[in-house]
Amino acid sequence: METKEKEVKTAKKEKKPLEKVCIICAKGSLEDVYATLVMANGAVMEGIETNVFFTFFGLEGITKKTMNHLHTATTGNPAMRMPGGLPFPTMLGGLPGVETAVSSMMRKQMEALDMPPVDEFLEMITAGGGTIYACKLAVDMFKLKKEDLSDEVDSIITIGEFYELCDGDRTQIIFT
Amino acid sequence: MSVKTIAGVEVNVSEEGYLEDMSQWNEEIAKEIAGEIGIELTPKHFEVLNYLREKTAAKEALTIRKVGKSGIVDIKELYKLFPKGPLKFSSKIAGIPKPTSCI
Repeated sequence: METKEKEVKTAKKEKKPLEKVCIICAKGSLEDVYATLVMANGAVMEGIETNVFFTFFGLEGITKKTMNHLHTATTGNPAMRMPGGLPFPTMLGGLPGVETAVSSMMRKQMEALDMPPVDEFLEMITAGGGTIYACKLAVDMFKLKKEDLSDEVDSIITIGEFYELCDGDRTQIIFT
Repeated sequence: MSVKTIAGVEVNVSEEGYLEDMSQWNEEIAKEIAGEIGIELTPKHFEVLNYLREKTAAKEALTIRKVGKSGIVDIKELYKLFPKGPLKFSSKIAGIPKPTSCI
């Protein structure tokens, strides 16, 4: 009886660390792309094999022209606050230039926390051994070419190929 | 907190093996902790370790981005020096607290 209890205890203690994460980014707002990048970079820093798959509007985050100028939505975002903490009126968010101004302010605040711009963040992830992929279907849909994408993008792959990359029983797929 | 003998010196370590008091650190301790992780220290490693210790003493938050811009190593080299734990392992070997940064 006693030995059984002991066995249960040791079984509980044994940790099975994550070996691989496959992160999918399907949205192109500032916060969606950064959520992906922070999670991917964090995984690489923990020694976890990391694949990142950008699809649909997420492609904004790896397209050379747009990646360093991502916006956050100032309308339809109930969590948006004015500096000082008052709620941000949706009507104000719709005025021309407001979204650009708010987004650039957010980027500045992120920079102050040592969060790099997107191009540099992608470099950090690949420097640590992470791999960045673009979705073939979305690339075709948005009429993009490999040259339009960041040099850190390894290749353009199909969803089938992506799933092949997700093998292993200590692998997690994360959809941000 | 517990006491552990590393390289013949009694030091206070956290549950995960990080030194509690960075002033108890010396190069022999660094070599022994690195050995446990499986890293053999070179002069380049020590340059990084000393940089981390300086920044910690100055109470600056550490990120791999900052180390990458230190002029000592770039991020790729940092990963080569401390595989699978560029900030985690280097901090442990440098005798400073476990990093609290997410980047």
